[in-house]
Amino acid sequence: MIATFAFYVFAAILIASAVMVVTSRNPVHSVLFLILAFFNAAALFLIAGAEFLAMILVIVYVGAVAVLFLFVVMMLDIDFAQLREGFQRYAPIGAIIGGILLLELFMVLATWRFAPEAAALRMNPNPPGVTNAEALGRILYTDNIFLFQGAGLILLVAMIGAIVLTLRDRPGTRRQDIAAQVSRAGSVSVRSVPQGAGLKEIGILRPPSPEEEKPKQVEHHHGGGHH
Amino acid sequence: MAVSLAHFLTVSAILLVLGVFGIFLNRKNVIVILMSVELILLAVNLNLVAFSAALGDLTGQVFTMFILTVAAAEAAIGLAIVVIYFRNRGTIEVEDISTLKG
Repeated sequence: MIATFAFYVFAAILIASAVMVVTSRNPVHSVLFLILAFFNAAALFLIAGAEFLAMILVIVYVGAVAVLFLFVVMMLDIDFAQLREGFQRYAPIGAIIGGILLLELFMVLATWRFAPEAAALRMNPNPPGVTNAEALGRILYTDNIFLFQGAGLILLVAMIGAIVLTLRDRPGTRRQDIAAQVSRAGSVSVRSVPQGAGLKEIGILRPPSPEEEKPKQVEHHHGGGHH
Repeated sequence: MAVSLAHFLTVSAILLVLGVFGIFLNRKNVIVILMSVELILLAVNLNLVAFSAALGDLTGQVFTMFILTVAAAEAAIGLAIVVIYFRNRGTIEVEDISTLKG
């Protein structure tokens, strides 16, 4: 009973915040409603019994993806009012297509049923007496190891791609050029120094030490008024 | 009355339609379009998790995890493209992004 009530509350907030994501005037508000939608979707995952995925949703989506959106929206200096010019023009066709899609989905929902042999065709039946995370880990690292590695590869490619895309080579910045440093000749030399010889006798120039430096004469303007 | 599979499927169908509607509604703003794509992927994930719970099969949850991975990668790459596009052109209007005429 309490689960049903919680489901209705979370589903209502999820759908309401999804509506706000697509219709909000300010994209910053859109991102914030997107975060709310992700939280409520995580709650729905919990009600469905997928605890590990609920936590992953909060960590990955709210912690990483939504914050990334927030950074980009706030970083770009965009005239958002200008971007909403076609808002009214495209709303009817979007509503028509969305309504047709929703109608079709509900028609599918009303007529479909599980095949009688569906329960026998399960690939990874939920093992009893095991937490959700452990049960997922058992099949993720054994049966689906190649998919798991592929997912890691996708993340690596995405990371490298994002860095390569946004890395900007600014002219005028000074960087360390290791090749030029290593191949430098003439100004760098190795010499054998006789023991006990001071640096001055060899002829190595050094910046003057502080006590050698002549102290600057402080002039006192007694007539000046800025004391 | 317990929470049944049909409840989850209804919510995820509405969420998917809202995502598609958002793409139509915000034709000019790439960032909101990316957010709508995230909503659509969330609806797919909700569907998979609901079926996984209804059948007692964990494969759906494994799939959901891979979809989460791909969605995160897609968001990162998409936002990087938006950033460099804005840096080059000074706007993110979708209708300007037709240089390739693809």
